[in-house]
Amino acid sequence: MPFKRYVEIGRVALVNYGKEYGRLVVIVDVIDQNRALVDAPDMVRGQMNFKRLSLTDIKIDIPRVPKKKTLIDAMEAADVKNKWENSSWGRKLIVQKRRASLNDFDRFKVMLAKIKRGGAIRQELAKLKKQSA
Amino acid sequence: MVAFRFHQYQVVGRGLPSAIDEHPKIYRMKLWATNEVRAKSKFWYFLRKLKKVKKSNGQVLAINEIFERNPTKIKNYGIWLRYQSRTGYHNMYKEFRDTTLNGAVEQMYNEMASRHRVRSHCIQIIKTATIPSKLCKRESTKQFHDSKIKFPLVFKKVRPPTRKLKTTFKASRPNLFM
Repeated sequence: MPFKRYVEIGRVALVNYGKEYGRLVVIVDVIDQNRALVDAPDMVRGQMNFKRLSLTDIKIDIPRVPKKKTLIDAMEAADVKNKWENSSWGRKLIVQKRRASLNDFDRFKVMLAKIKRGGAIRQELAKLKKQSA
Repeated sequence: MVAFRFHQYQVVGRGLPSAIDEHPKIYRMKLWATNEVRAKSKFWYFLRKLKKVKKSNGQVLAINEIFERNPTKIKNYGIWLRYQSRTGYHNMYKEFRDTTLNGAVEQMYNEMASRHRVRSHCIQIIKTATIPSKLCKRESTKQFHDSKIKFPLVFKKVRPPTRKLKTTFKASRPNLFM
């Protein structure tokens, strides 16, 4: 199986460890075998170990080590935010975050909704069983 | 950035003024030490070897920490050092790619310890310089001088995001590809 996600200038990655956990960053330059210079619109450009990054499918077109403004314009042009939020990985993360932030009343509402959904499924199933029997 | 173990200091000192010499020559040194106290001590160690002056008949005029001017720019650092091995003293030239000089010096100390079993107190830094990409000598730094650099991450170990969520046993075999 060939590789599909490469470490390259402009690759968007997700931070999966440490203080910046959960942030989407762009690889702006490669320092050496283990570290990359990484930038995002709302953080100071800094170095990060590849072990802390999960590469995504999204890649934007930037020159090596662009100015902040160029980076932000390129991210807007490539529409990174929407692409990420519509991807299955991004959607899963949003759902996880929502579930983690529920309060007790919300969890009660979820319980009622699940019971209702289960009831509807079982009704349909009973109908189909009757038809085939 | 994580705290550096080695800080760069500029120490300025001279011999004490005396009857024979009203205005002794002032000497300045840039050196690496873990703290200011050690920096002053190192300053006298080196100055004693170069001039006829000791801490007892000298004074430190200033000691300032030097910080990185441009910590977001990647640079190639060349470090000339003198180290003591089990059989004698040797000179060495090493190259490192890093964003800050303190980071490169820390890399150097770690590499000397791992590759040559040389502890930090047996290493003397002679000179450091930022090297433009054309003049780099080592292949391992030159291979990153590519504006269209591209490589896959071959071994992807999935880590729990905090050490609290670490477990000794896992239910299923982890997928290390990508």
